Amino acid sequence: MSEITLQDIIQPENLVYEKSKLLTDKRFHYCPGCGHGTVHRIIAEVIEELGIDEETIGIAPVGCAVMAYDYFDVDFQEAAHGRAPALATGIKRVWPNKVVFTYQGDGDLAAIGTAETIHACNRGENITMIFVNNGIYGMTGGQMAPTTLEGMKTATTPYGRKPQWEDGTPNNGFPLQITKLVAQLPGTRFVTRQAVYDAAKVRNCKKAIKKAFQNQMENKNGVNFVEIVSNCNSNWKMSAVDANKWLQENMLPVYPLGDIKDNFELINK
Amino acid sequence: MAKFRGAIVVDTDRCKGCGVCITACPLGVIELAKEVNSKGYNYSFMANPEKCIGCASCAVTCPDGVIKVYKKAL
Ligand SMILES: Cc1ncc(C[n+]2csc(CCOP(=O)(O)OP(=O)(O)O)c2C)c(N)n1
Ligand code: SF4
Ligand code: SF4
Repeated sequence: MSEITLQDIIQPENLVYEKSKLLTDKRFHYCPGCGHGTVHRIIAEVIEELGIDEETIGIAPVGCAVMAYDYFDVDFQEAAHGRAPALATGIKRVWPNKVVFTYQGDGDLAAIGTAETIHACNRGENITMIFVNNGIYGMTGGQMAPTTLEGMKTATTPYGRKPQWEDGTPNNGFPLQITKLVAQLPGTRFVTRQAVYDAAKVRNCKKAIKKAFQNQMENKNGVNFVEIVSNCNSNWKMSAVDANKWLQENMLPVYPLGDIKDNFELINK
Repeated sequence: MAKFRGAIVVDTDRCKGCGVCITACPLGVIELAKEVNSKGYNYSFMANPEKCIGCASCAVTCPDGVIKVYKKAL
């Protein structure tokens, strides 16, 4: 057989992967290697594969993903900081046939928006919540978030987060297990924690996001909540590759991956 | 002998040189170029094209979705 050339391989009929058509031509403004881009990509793939681009309405957060509406070729609304679940509630109740999802960071979902998160989850709104947890406020320059790890250095915890002083008096508080917390509420149907730092994790995460959308499409009641443990290499002050390693060594022991609740039943670990 | 040959096409001008695809590739196909693109990033390229099997691990982990993957059965 004669030698196969690159030109033989690079032919339209041999194409096995390209980014979703539901992403616009706009370049992501995210830092090199930021997980926000990867999560956007797989959400777009899921919406494309489910054929629901005309039915989907996304809610963009305040945070680095504030301009998410520029990147997806689907309808979007911008929420005030932390209020995405409240906006999603209103839209879904007015338009029950639409597929409504929020996209939020940890500062948005677990700090300023804690009330909206807890109450939407407790009411069991029929929405999908995508929660990108990078343990820090990315957009504003790396301040401590509720999800910041113990000992983690941020702009506002320069010596590392210290939950309490030696004598037990309170200081920065403990990493907030918001995902475990919402799993306790009767209104959440599906709660899972995923990651996107390697190909296998991306594929698992995509399956979870797909399920979180399908449950809503099938009118199964309750909130579908997908946390993605992600990176913020800029504010963690490391390269993207190192941040992905650091994430596995430091974030995953505190935020282990896997399903936490399915069909309203807590999964025992 | 591999049953498949693959190839990637990187949109070099949109690549941010983060290197995530390099760690994702199980076969060491990708490296960063010494040259930079219009944004000043060292873009990724197939340094060892003969090793590519078209598994798409690089493309599914690329945050910016700038990699297209081709795969041909031999
Ligand atoms: C009402 C209000 N308070 C504070 C801010 C400032 N602010 C903007 S983004 C942000 C936190 C973002 O962090 P996160 O949600 O974790 O998203 P990331 O940027 O890390 O993706 C804060 C506090 C704001 N824009 N509006
Ligand atoms: S600051 Fe952090 S979260 Fe924001 S785009 Fe950069 S890496 Fe991503
Ligand atoms: S993962 Fe994407 S953006 Fe990063 S170096 Fe590779 S091709 Fe470029």
